[in-house]
Amino acid sequence: MDIFGVPSQALMAQLMIGLVNGSFYAVLSLGLAIIFGMLHVINFTHGAMFMLGALLSWAGLYYFNLNYWVMLLLAPVVVGVFGIVLERLFLRRIYKLDYLYGLLLTLGLTLVIEGVVRSIFGVSGKPYGPAPISGVTDLGFLIIPNYRLWVIAASLTACVLTWYGIERTRLGGYLRAATENPKLVETFGINVPVLISLTFGFGVALAAFAGVLAAPIMQVSALTGQTMIVIVFAVVVIGGMGSIAGTIVTGVALGLVEALTKVYYPPASSMVMFLVMVLVLLVRPNGLFGGKE
Amino acid sequence: MNTTSQPPVLAVNGLEAWYGESHILQGVDFEVHSGEVVTLLGRNGSGRTTTLKALLGLTDRRSGSVRLFGEEVISLDTYRIARLGVGYCPEERGIFSSLSCEENLRLPPLHRGKAPGLSMDEVYRLFPNLEERKRSPGTALSGGEQQMLALARILRTGSRLLLLDEISEGLAPVIVQTLGEAIKELRQRGYTILLVEQNFHFSSALSDRLLFMESGRIIETLNPDELDDNTDRVIRMLSV
Ligand SMILES: Nc1ncnc2c1ncn2[C@@H]1O[C@H](COP(=O)(O)OP(=O)(O)O)[C@@H](O)[C@H]1O
Ligand SMILES: [Mg+2]
Repeated sequence: MDIFGVPSQALMAQLMIGLVNGSFYAVLSLGLAIIFGMLHVINFTHGAMFMLGALLSWAGLYYFNLNYWVMLLLAPVVVGVFGIVLERLFLRRIYKLDYLYGLLLTLGLTLVIEGVVRSIFGVSGKPYGPAPISGVTDLGFLIIPNYRLWVIAASLTACVLTWYGIERTRLGGYLRAATENPKLVETFGINVPVLISLTFGFGVALAAFAGVLAAPIMQVSALTGQTMIVIVFAVVVIGGMGSIAGTIVTGVALGLVEALTKVYYPPASSMVMFLVMVLVLLVRPNGLFGGKE
Repeated sequence: MNTTSQPPVLAVNGLEAWYGESHILQGVDFEVHSGEVVTLLGRNGSGRTTTLKALLGLTDRRSGSVRLFGEEVISLDTYRIARLGVGYCPEERGIFSSLSCEENLRLPPLHRGKAPGLSMDEVYRLFPNLEERKRSPGTALSGGEQQMLALARILRTGSRLLLLDEISEGLAPVIVQTLGEAIKELRQRGYTILLVEQNFHFSSALSDRLLFMESGRIIETLNPDELDDNTDRVIRMLSV
């Protein structure tokens, strides 16, 4: 059966890829939005942290014989700790300054991280080898590799758990309150500087988690993060910073939009995000789910 | 006015504070003893809010000496000062819009190693309106409800010293009365309270002492029973 001239099998396959990409966008933009809410820093290192997660999982396998499942836990921890160190050493100094300084500082850090990775591993992609989950599932209308199903499930679980942590727990309450008025939260005896460090660490750990998930299906290289960060910035701008759930939905939706464009008008597929971004900004300057800021 | 043996709950000596380059507090000295209610009065801009903020380390810079429960806190971080048992109710009330009324109320953690403050039941008995508005988002509350919430939220934590900035400002008389009753009850329960006010009818009925501020200094201290003999001077110190 054809849908607008495209065989439904092919359409479904593309949508599946779109859903996988959308899951990555959701996890990454979620971390970016949480960090921005708390630190008021537009974290350019986010793509590099994604890349580090992927690379660590590759390196763990080939140098230390640590399998995928171990690295899926270990890489986010390592990257999270690395993020906390960066926050304490560098970011902490610029919170009182304009947004631009945060952007420049994290851009600089990104270039350093990518440069170091490049000089060690080169720029060519590192094939991960066979995916850690093999086999396919036949859904009737579509045959899907099990690993991709796992990626979607794991990403969305990470998103839901993060949403729950922020919206429904005590620590999340501190985080939401400190996002609004950090000074006042400190007068309640809450150690806000530590809360800020943990937020940054958690946000980049999420990026690394997505990176590990991506490693077996993307060729990871020092530059992987660059393409990712540009798209994720667009997602965050389109979704707006106002709502956790909104950010997640926007990420997934844009993955699907990108996939549909690939099917129906391939030349536009790499720019459709930015077209959507422009259109959304024209109508809603704070993004689809954005509040006032 | 008790306890000559215990150190004062709050002892401020030569406190100076800055916002950026502006030198706002020019050397403030006063003491508040356990169980006292003391009010800082003054015109707008006299430095009362800045005094409260400087006590908590919220100004850009400060110097001098602030002793809380006998401990020097001039170089401590805000959150450490708070943990000694200080509750702060800011002038702008600071209700969080992304939290419900009850989440706002439960947000401040109980101070570890301190006797607990009021229970939720006691808080709701003091401010029944808050129980009815439990689920409303913080900013859907009326001005009076927000003020009650801002006060109520620091009563559960075990803070023994309360810093309350203009809680009667801009509110309907019945709400001001509710707040006045609450202050009286808190005082009976042994809380130590530092009020900032412009409304001296509200505060003189509640306070043990009134401190008058001008240009970042305390220029006069009166007991409530001295007010009648000094009406003219008081009016001059507070009028614009
Ligand atoms: N954030 C700030 N930055 C610079 N100056 C300030 C700031 N807040 C208050 N001031 C100034 O400090 C002085 C004292 O203000 P404040 O303590 O708020 O007075 P009060 O609470 O007695 O009305 C005023 O002259 C005010 O303009
Ligand atoms: Mg004031």
